[in-house]
Amino acid sequence: MFRRGWFLPIAAALGFSFLYAPIVSLVIFSFNESRLVTVWSGFSTKWYGELFRDPQMLGAAWLSLQIAALSASIALVLGTLAAVALVRFRRFRGRTLFSGMVSAPLVMPDVITGLALLLLFVAMESFIGWPRGRGMLTIVIAHSTFCMAYVCVVVQSRLSDFDRSLEEAAMDLGASPVRTFFDITLPIIAPALVSGWLLGFTLSLDDLVIASFVSGPGSSTLPMVIFSKVRLGVSPDVNALATIIIGIVATGVLIATIIQLRSKPKKARA
Amino acid sequence: MTATHDPTIPPPRRLKPWNAVERGLAKVGISGRMLVLIAPALWLLIFFLVPLAVVFGISLATKQFGRPPYSALLSTEDGTVQLTLHLSNYIRLFTDNLYVAAYLSSIRIAAISTIITLLVGYPMAYAIARASDRWRNILLMLVILPFFTSFLLRVYALTGFMRGNGVINQFLGLFGIEPLVMMQTDFAVYVGIVYTYLPFMILPLYTTLVKLDVSLFEASADLGGRPLRTFLSITLPLSLPGIIAGSMLVFIPAIGEFVIPSLLGGPETLMIGRVLWDEFFTAANWPRAAAVAVAMLVVVVVPIMLMQRAQSAVVEK
Amino acid sequence: MAKKPQQLAIDTRPWRDTANHRPFVRIKNVTKKFGDVLAVHDVSLDIYRSELFCLLGGSGSGKSTLLRMLAGFEQPTSGTIEIDGQDMTDVAPYNRPVNMMFQSYALFPHMSVEQNIAYGLKRDHLPKGEIADRVAELLSLVKLQDYGRRRPHQLSGGQRQRVALARALAKRPKLLLLDEPLGALDKKLREETQFELVKIQESLGVTFIVVTHDQEEAMTLATRIGVMNQGEIAMIGEPTDIYEFPNSRFVANFIGSANMVEGTVTEDEPGHVRIRSAELGCDIYVGHGVDCAPDQLLWWAIRPEKMALSREKPFTAHDANVTAGIVEEIAYLGDISVYQVALESGKRIRVSQTNSVRGNPDAITWDEKVYITWSDNAGSVLTV
Repeated sequence: MFRRGWFLPIAAALGFSFLYAPIVSLVIFSFNESRLVTVWSGFSTKWYGELFRDPQMLGAAWLSLQIAALSASIALVLGTLAAVALVRFRRFRGRTLFSGMVSAPLVMPDVITGLALLLLFVAMESFIGWPRGRGMLTIVIAHSTFCMAYVCVVVQSRLSDFDRSLEEAAMDLGASPVRTFFDITLPIIAPALVSGWLLGFTLSLDDLVIASFVSGPGSSTLPMVIFSKVRLGVSPDVNALATIIIGIVATGVLIATIIQLRSKPKKARA
Repeated sequence: MTATHDPTIPPPRRLKPWNAVERGLAKVGISGRMLVLIAPALWLLIFFLVPLAVVFGISLATKQFGRPPYSALLSTEDGTVQLTLHLSNYIRLFTDNLYVAAYLSSIRIAAISTIITLLVGYPMAYAIARASDRWRNILLMLVILPFFTSFLLRVYALTGFMRGNGVINQFLGLFGIEPLVMMQTDFAVYVGIVYTYLPFMILPLYTTLVKLDVSLFEASADLGGRPLRTFLSITLPLSLPGIIAGSMLVFIPAIGEFVIPSLLGGPETLMIGRVLWDEFFTAANWPRAAAVAVAMLVVVVVPIMLMQRAQSAVVEK
Repeated sequence: MAKKPQQLAIDTRPWRDTANHRPFVRIKNVTKKFGDVLAVHDVSLDIYRSELFCLLGGSGSGKSTLLRMLAGFEQPTSGTIEIDGQDMTDVAPYNRPVNMMFQSYALFPHMSVEQNIAYGLKRDHLPKGEIADRVAELLSLVKLQDYGRRRPHQLSGGQRQRVALARALAKRPKLLLLDEPLGALDKKLREETQFELVKIQESLGVTFIVVTHDQEEAMTLATRIGVMNQGEIAMIGEPTDIYEFPNSRFVANFIGSANMVEGTVTEDEPGHVRIRSAELGCDIYVGHGVDCAPDQLLWWAIRPEKMALSREKPFTAHDANVTAGIVEEIAYLGDISVYQVALESGKRIRVSQTNSVRGNPDAITWDEKVYITWSDNAGSVLTV
C-alpha cells in the first residue's frame, strides 16, 4: 500500500496542488484587466501601477520593512545568545524557566501576546513614562520578542550538531576564545544565523495581530493596511502586491536552497 | 643531559587583557556565561513574563472611562493602601453563554482542523521521507515556501478561491454544477486552518519519519507483515512524537486564531481569538479582554506541555 | 616497529636512569572531579623528552581527561602539571607549548587543507613566506602535496588523519598529544599508519603522548605504556614489562589474554615459592622469591603461549607444574591454534600452540586427554 503503491504519490500530488492552486490563481488574476477579480477579461499590469501610486500602501510597506529588519536583527542577537546559553551551559539556576520562556512565544496565540504587550506598554508608560505612546518602537519590541524564539530554535539545532573539539582545536593552535569565536564558531553557524534572521524578517513582515495591538495612530504596518482592504472584499491591487511578495520570497528560497545543496558536503567517506 | 629551556618553545604568556577582564568579572561573581545569559533572560522577563502577569492583574480590574480604561488595583485611601480585586470578569466568562460557547467552539474547530491537517499532512510527509534524495529536497522546499509567503495573503488567496464566483465554483460550473456556498461557513475556516498550518504538521512528521530505519520495514516484511500491518504496528507508533508535535503546532495557534475566522468565517463562527479582539477593539473593555486571555492560556497550557515533551522526544531520537 | 632502545638517545632509556634525567612532563598528584564523579584520581606520572608514551585504558578510565588536562581544556581539581619545568596550572590552552591531534580530527570544515595547517602559524604572526614554506614542508611530510587546496570533506579518512597530524605538528610543539589517533581508520590502514607515526615521531624528536584503548596499538607504538583503570594508573612500564610482568590481575587480564588461578602459598623460600591450587589440580613451583605471607591467598597468571600440550605426561621437577584435562574447543587461527582444556576442577585453561607442521595429521584434537605443562618462571604471581 505504501512502498510501491499509487497511494503516496497521489496523496502528495493532491496535497501540493491544494497548497499551490490558490496561490497560482491569485498570481494569474493579478494580471487581470477587470476589477472583478475572478472573471478573466484580458492581460494587464495596471494593478501594479495602481499599487505603486498608493501612498498609504507604500508608506506601510516601508514602515514594515524597517520594523522587520530591526526586529530580525535584535532577535538574531538575543536568540543566538539564548541558544548558546541553552546548548553550551548544561546546568544553571532557572534553566527550566529560561527554556520555557524562550520557546513559549512559539506557540503563544498572537492575540494573547499582543494584548499582554500592549497592557505592559500602557502600564510602563504610566509608571515610568516610557515608552511614550505606541508606534514603531513598541512594534519592534513586540516582534523581536517572538522572533527571538524562532532564531533560538534554528541556532540551537545548529549549535547542538557543532563539534566542540573544533573550537578546542583552534584554541590549541593558539587562538584566544574571542578569536576562536570569530574564526571558527561564527563561520560554521553562519548559515543558521542567516536563516534565523530571514525567518525573523518574514515573520515580522507578516504579523497582523500583534502589530494591531501595539501600534499607535499613524503607524499602520503593511499587513494592517492589507487586512483593512481585504476585509471589505477582494481588491486587485492586493493581488498584485501578493504576487510581488511571492515572487521575491520564491526567488530567495530558491537561491538559498541551491546554495545549500551546492555547499553541502558530499557524503564524506569514513 | 641537563634540561635546558628550548628556545623554540615560547614561554607561556599569561594574563592577556581578555583574561584579566574575565578574571576581574569573576571576582565580582560574574562569569562569561552570565553575560551571555543576562540579555536574553532580562528581555524575556520584561517582555514576556511580566506582560503575562500584567494581563492577569488587569483581568481583576473593571472597565472604567479614562486613561487607562480600567480601575486601579491599588488605591490609597486615608493613608492605607487598598487592594481591590474584581472577579466579575471571570464570573461573567462562566455565566455568559457567549464566552462558554466561544471556548467550546474554538476547541471544536481547532480539533477538527487538526485532525484533517494530520490526515492530509501524514501521507505527504511520508511521501517526502521516502522520496529519493533529490526529490526530497525539492519537495521540502515546496513545503517550506508557502510558510515564508505572507500568512495573511495566503488566507486572502483562499477567499478568491472559494467565494461564490471563485475559481472552484467556476470550475464546477463547467460541469453544470450549482455553485457551492463555501465562504463564511465553518467549512471555510477548516480549509483555512488546514491550508495555512499544513507546513507545521508536515515538518515534524517528516523529521520523525525520515529517521525511521528502513531495515525496520524490511524486518517486518521479512517476518510476514503485510504493508498495512507494518504501517500500523511499526511506522505509526514510531512516528507518534512527530504526530503529537505536529498536531500541537496546529492545534494551539488555531485555538487563538483571529485572521482566519474573521476573513473566511461567517458571523456565527465563534472563536475565542475573535471574541478577545472584539472585546478589546470594539467594546474597549480591557479587563474583560484580559480575563478572556487568561482563560485562553489555561486552555492552551496542557497542549503546550504535551508538545514540549513530544518535541524533546523528537530531538533526542 | 617498536623502537629499538639505541634509537632513543645516546645513553639508555631515561626512565631507567631517573637520577640523571629531568622529566619533560611532570604530572604530580593530579585529581579531577566532575561534580561527584572522580574521573582521574591522584595520578603521578613523569614523561621524558622524545618519548612516545601511550595512555592505555578502557572507556571511562580517565585517560582522555588526563590528556585534556595536559592540553589545558580541563583544570585539575588538585595537583599540578609541569611541562618543561613550567607550571601549567594557570596557562590557557592557547598559550601552552603543546598541540593536540583530536580523535574526531576537528579539521575546520570551512578552510582548505593548507589553511587548516597554517592556522596555528598565523596565530603566531609568522611572516607569510615562512608560513607557506612550513605548510609545504608539512604537506610533503604527510605526503599530501597535491591536496593543499582541498576541503576536509573532499578527503578520505586516512588523508584527513594525516592533515590533522600535520596541523598539530605545524607549530613544532615539543609535546604532541594524540587522542586515539588511529581509532577511526580501518585495520589495514591502521597498521601502515602506526609505522608512519613512529617514523615521524623519531625524525622530529617530538615527545608524543598517545591515548588509546587499543592494546595492540599501544604495544606497537609506545616506548612506555601507562595502563589506566578507573581514574588511576594501574601500571607504568615498557610494553614487554606490561605484557610479561603484569603487576596486578587487572593488568594481566587487560593486556593480552591470561589464564588466572587462585592458590595458597605452601612453601615460601627466598629462592622459590610453592603454590597449591585446587583449581589447577596441581602445585605451582615458582623459581623466584615472592613477597608474601605463608598461607596467603594469591593469584597466578600465565599466558596461553607460555604453556605446552602433550599426550604423554612429561617429566617435571619438583612434582609440580603439570596438570591434565580434556580438550573442549579448538580455535584454528592459522599461525597458531588455541586449545581450551577443561581441568578436573571444571576450570578451563587456554593454551596456544604454534602450527609449525603443515597440515599436521597428528595434531591434538577434540575430546583428547592432554597434559599441560610450563616452566618455573612462565607465570606471574599476583597479590593484588
